[in-house]
Amino acid sequence: MHVAADPAPPRLALSGIRKIYPAVVANDGIDLAVRPGEIHAVLGENGAGKSTLMKIIYGVVKPDAGEIRWDGRQIEIAHPRAARSLGIGMVFQHFSLFETLTVVENVALALDRERDLAALSRRIEEVSARYGLPLDPRRLVHSLSVGERQRVEILRCLLQQPRLLIMDEPTSVLTPQAVQKLFDTLRQIAAEGCSILYISHKLDEIQALCHAATVLRAGKVTGNCDPRQESASSLARMMIGKDLPVCEHPQAKQGGEARLVLAGLSQRSEDPFGTDLRDIHLSVHAGEIVGIAGVSGNGQQELLGALSGEVPLANAAPVQLLGVEAGRLDAGLRRSLGLGFVPEERLGRGAVPEMTLAENALLTAHRSMGLVRGGLVRPERLRAFARDAIEKFTVKSSGTEAEAKSLSGGNLQKFIVGRELLQSPRVLVVSQPTWGVDVGAAAFIRQALVELRNAGAAILVISEELDELFEICDRIAVLAKGRLSPAVRARNTSVAEIGMWMSGLWPGAGNGAPEGTSHVA
Amino acid sequence: MWLRLEARAAPSRAMRYLPPLVAAALTIVAGFAVSLALGRDPLAAFYAFFVQPVSSLNGVAELLLKASPLMLIATGLAIGYRANVWNIGAEGQLILGAIFGGGLALHLPGVDSRWLLAAMVLAGALGGMLWAAIPALLRSRFNTNEILVSLMLVYVASLLLSYLVQEPWRDPQGFNFPQSKMFADAALYPILLDSTRLNAGFLVALAVVACGWLFVAKSFLGYQMRVAGLAGAAARYAGFSARRSVWIGMLAGGAAAGIAGVGEVAGPIGQLTPSISPGYGFAAIIVAFVGRLNPVGIFFASLLMSLLYLGGEAAQMELRLPSAITGLFQGMLLFFLLGSDVLIHYRVRLLRRAAA
Repeated sequence: MHVAADPAPPRLALSGIRKIYPAVVANDGIDLAVRPGEIHAVLGENGAGKSTLMKIIYGVVKPDAGEIRWDGRQIEIAHPRAARSLGIGMVFQHFSLFETLTVVENVALALDRERDLAALSRRIEEVSARYGLPLDPRRLVHSLSVGERQRVEILRCLLQQPRLLIMDEPTSVLTPQAVQKLFDTLRQIAAEGCSILYISHKLDEIQALCHAATVLRAGKVTGNCDPRQESASSLARMMIGKDLPVCEHPQAKQGGEARLVLAGLSQRSEDPFGTDLRDIHLSVHAGEIVGIAGVSGNGQQELLGALSGEVPLANAAPVQLLGVEAGRLDAGLRRSLGLGFVPEERLGRGAVPEMTLAENALLTAHRSMGLVRGGLVRPERLRAFARDAIEKFTVKSSGTEAEAKSLSGGNLQKFIVGRELLQSPRVLVVSQPTWGVDVGAAAFIRQALVELRNAGAAILVISEELDELFEICDRIAVLAKGRLSPAVRARNTSVAEIGMWMSGLWPGAGNGAPEGTSHVA
Repeated sequence: MWLRLEARAAPSRAMRYLPPLVAAALTIVAGFAVSLALGRDPLAAFYAFFVQPVSSLNGVAELLLKASPLMLIATGLAIGYRANVWNIGAEGQLILGAIFGGGLALHLPGVDSRWLLAAMVLAGALGGMLWAAIPALLRSRFNTNEILVSLMLVYVASLLLSYLVQEPWRDPQGFNFPQSKMFADAALYPILLDSTRLNAGFLVALAVVACGWLFVAKSFLGYQMRVAGLAGAAARYAGFSARRSVWIGMLAGGAAAGIAGVGEVAGPIGQLTPSISPGYGFAAIIVAFVGRLNPVGIFFASLLMSLLYLGGEAAQMELRLPSAITGLFQGMLLFFLLGSDVLIHYRVRLLRRAAA
């Protein structure tokens, strides 16, 4: 496709891009060139500077230094409207859609001058058929699945005939099958001459899809390569500077007692656009890790609220903790029964941003670690406990008096996990344990969970990352549309099967499920 | 040209305590400007405002006397404010405290025991809490805005007091003035310094400030309320009750304001009159913020605010400045404080209109 003597200039060429924020150099002299029709990966860990670079290209952020060339011509992109008029489209990781409007209304809002909704609907149907993105323009966005919402975002860009499409971590919300479909669409778009910048930290996806890759680490370019020629470990070395750590995961001991039992848990969502939980059955035993896979928005928030006690239930029986019917207990009372909980939002839920690490240690450990006596906080014990969490979980910080918000995402997550694990919970519920965490910290956290399991705790992990679940879980279940599939042994299933279950199709799901019930535990 | 506020990376700890000092300095500078504009000698105005009031023992006693209700109320309010419970109605709670405490004094005229005063303080605290319980109940039950409810109840309280001193509790030998009988000695705070008006109410205020400090700085309950104020989801995650925060926050402010109300009627006033407070309940809001919602800071801020009251009176007498000058200075102090707070957390950038 690209001849060596190709005279056409790159569609987009960046040189020496630099952006400094008060506390950090986000981009430090970045060079990047994307040719017409090329799918170009931008690979890097969280905090490597990928997002800042994309915001510069899309005109959201102005660079402090450096040059941008578009079709060989030097330009300045002052705002997103200027980027769109050049033909740059962007699909954000977090969607920007109005839930109470229809698909066509959302699309019309993004197009500057579009009044005729009927004509626009026809165009949407045309384009969506052409690219294999089935979508009904009259549906309300809140009734769409996450994958369908992403299609709206992509369609919105495609209708503007983009010449460069930026996709920011697009697969984090998709099932494995949907990822394959998305890749087909992206290949078709590229074949028609549109360039694609594909941002990700998932090595296998980049190897499967991209023609070229620019690797970033700590704001600098650390590699330019053809990912199809590289191995996963050589890419990882460029990305993190060392080999990918692996997690030791010996076989679970069988026959521990059931410590967390969900017996027909049904719960209406507090959120009008949330997902109601429907008749969920699950038991988690001592000495095992059970994973719950599924695309977020399928009831994860509601399930976590019901498990943690942040949203107490009307009845006690559906949630049983260590033999106690705990449905009506609040979060504090469940914790005193022996429950530990790591939520996915670190700042504002798992930790108070403006408080110090010592104060944040008090948040959940006050009872189990005896940090309060006679109504007064015991500062010495508190500091000792916080220091313990910082040291044992290698949290990089200025000490127990560092404010939580001053820590990087990975370090704060290690601190929160440390705080919960050091209390020796008998049941631990963890949501997205490594979300937005760098590779090193992620491996550390997974290993810590496995060790807690080896020590006999019952652990429930809810995660969107299938790789992660397969790495640490003994059994895996799938949450789809508020229903939970049976939990199967991780060794007896596959990513493909779990991926299919993620669309709600498991044996006995009651809606024309395929056969094959061989290994339901 | 556009102005834009950009967040600063991380304001240092020292910077957090700087705004009150900067605000005090700016208030003085602006005071110079005001007196110049009114054609007065600014140095004389400064002297009259800030030095003369405290140049005698009596002046210092007056300073502490007026600072007492301010530090008391501000400490109580700060406990709620830290948990995002916005009690704006301390003035009304103060009045109810005065009615409850004063009512006890009027109905037990023959009692000659020091326990009477203690009972009055207790009754005053109860009265203030009762008045604060109304917005607390409405907020925790029906999610009503406690700012509006507590503020509006100030005017109800004021009319209630007005009714009581004009009708049922009016002194029959009072020449028809709307005021109650003078309280018996047993119902008055003892004087601390001879030939001044400074009374034991100051010690009560100091004790409440000390308890307040213990509560916010050392107690687990104070910690829970701070978590509720800073991050509601974290409080829910930890299992801290949001309703309890609302109740404690409102009742603490109400109790403190009620005790302050008893301090006025059992102190310098000595009876119930239609007007028992020159807006202490509102000025205490400013004191709480100037003191950074910390009882130690509140102690010093209450001295400053008290000086503004005394200085305002002196400026009226010495320089014939209008009586609004006290309110003007209070307003400037709060304005400069909030302004410097913004500038500590953000910096202002001038932007030229986006060039294409």
